[in-house]
Amino acid sequence: MQQWVYSDALILGILDRVETIALVGASAKWNRPSFFAMKYLQEKGYRVIPVNPGLAGQELLGERVYAGLGEIPLPFGMVDIFRNAEAAGPIVDRAIALKESRKIEVVWMQLGVIACAAAARAEAAGLTVVMDRCPKIEYGRLHSELSWGGFDSGVITAKRRRLKVAWS
Amino acid sequence: MSREFGFETRSIHAGTQPEPVTGARQTPIFQTASYVFHDADHAASLFNLQTFGFVYSRLGNPTVAALEERLASLEGGRGSTCVASGHAAQLLALFPLMEAGAEFVASTRLYGGSITQFGKTFKKFGWQCRFLDMDDLEAVKAAVGEDTRALFCESLANPGGAVSDLESLARIAEGAGCPLVVDNTLATPFLCRPFEFGADLVVHSTTKFLTGNGTAMGGAVIDSGRFDWSKSRRFASLSAPEPAYHGLAFQETFGDLAFTTFSHAVTLRDLGAAQSPMNAFLTLLGLETLPLRMERHCRNALAVARFLETHPAVAWVSYAGLPSSPYRGLAQRYLPAGAGSVFTFGLKGGYRAGARLVEAVALWSHLANVGDSRSLILHPASTTHRQLTAAQRQAAGAGDEVVRLSVGLETAADLIGDLQQALDSLP
Repeated sequence: MQQWVYSDALILGILDRVETIALVGASAKWNRPSFFAMKYLQEKGYRVIPVNPGLAGQELLGERVYAGLGEIPLPFGMVDIFRNAEAAGPIVDRAIALKESRKIEVVWMQLGVIACAAAARAEAAGLTVVMDRCPKIEYGRLHSELSWGGFDSGVITAKRRRLKVAWS
Repeated sequence: MSREFGFETRSIHAGTQPEPVTGARQTPIFQTASYVFHDADHAASLFNLQTFGFVYSRLGNPTVAALEERLASLEGGRGSTCVASGHAAQLLALFPLMEAGAEFVASTRLYGGSITQFGKTFKKFGWQCRFLDMDDLEAVKAAVGEDTRALFCESLANPGGAVSDLESLARIAEGAGCPLVVDNTLATPFLCRPFEFGADLVVHSTTKFLTGNGTAMGGAVIDSGRFDWSKSRRFASLSAPEPAYHGLAFQETFGDLAFTTFSHAVTLRDLGAAQSPMNAFLTLLGLETLPLRMERHCRNALAVARFLETHPAVAWVSYAGLPSSPYRGLAQRYLPAGAGSVFTFGLKGGYRAGARLVEAVALWSHLANVGDSRSLILHPASTTHRQLTAAQRQAAGAGDEVVRLSVGLETAADLIGDLQQALDSLP
């Protein structure tokens, strides 16, 4: 399978810049990967807006669930797609259509989701695209947390990281 | 990305960025049992495996995690789990794959301690181990099938110097739908990286060359992250809902992180064979010089092996780095930088000559270990392989006349001189 290569700087730039994430394919089941990712990203200070037509109007992890991207009444810098590659195409097109009104900058497709044609359309529209990655894993990888689990983060550096200190 | 950095750089830097709170450049020894939660929700997230972090050092510890990441990087794997010893690593590698009544297939040439663990102790769990000569690829192919849970071999066997045909074994394992597990202790990732030849899991006794000076007990399991545990129903621990985590299915939720996450959250939690942070620290120190040491180990071993071939008291030398070895071809393919420094030779004087030689040397330490900076000597038939039958000893390359060497980093002429005076003194 082809591997998409994204520089650490590109991924870090996205994770630093983005404040609000629309998570398409959110699940209310606590043991689903999308639930894990939403909870983790919330803990890291992101506002995550869940999107799932089946759960529209309900509340999930303190946020109201919307049926689609167009229903979200506020700007979101990133769309995180937790759906398969086939479903991803129309969601990407919706993000392109809403780019200006919702100030969308990034379309991110989850691990295993590879939709090249849709990605090309998004890039042509000026969006930054990441495919086949999980923002939770990438955040953890680039902030040493993935390493705590015994995983190879791929990060090699002799630089000292600056920590934001806050009492919990 | 770490793959852009060379092996030597990763031997020193992988897993060990400067400690961000204090700036400490060398990795701190986190000598703590527990870790403070931010709040009740953070504690819940950790217990639900929803966030990364430490709970209790039986499951994970920052110093041990630094070693885990470095070993994963050096082997080219996704993640790793460090444990108390190499034996614990073998138990930990197989635990997610096995259950009572299940079978795995292992090489007859494995290190004697592994044969005892697999053949006797694992039997008490109802785990069946079938031992096969893995040089006979057709026999291996015929023996594995949809009930086989794993194929287990050493890249470079201890002590017989046999080299496994990893690529062929990986193809057979793939055909049978089971993982190939490779004990890479004697080769180390500097000489051989089994994942590059299709292996799925690698185990180590980190006590040996990785630490390099006989100071720290430890083991490691490294996962390639490539095996699809959900393809058959054989590997339910990783593919089916786990009752202790409210029905979470590890592979579905964690993808290629599943094996290593399970190993910490379930296997270490319940089997408890955690590695101490002090030992992880010592192994991290050792790894910094692994490439330099392995080069010298191999060079000294070749010099000693060449000398032994010329001595009249020596019947044969089994070192894969010698042109006389039947494993020369496999060694050139899988261990191109050198055939390691642990090998055996046979004495024409048999059992008595072997027992006498280990007493007649003065620079070689007579002890049961390998992979030390010091040169080590052992007569397996009277020590490590005592528990085996004569036939098992023969199959393992540890017959009565066999002496095992682990060639260290001393001056080669001094090692050869001491062996020469001891061999000359044999009747």
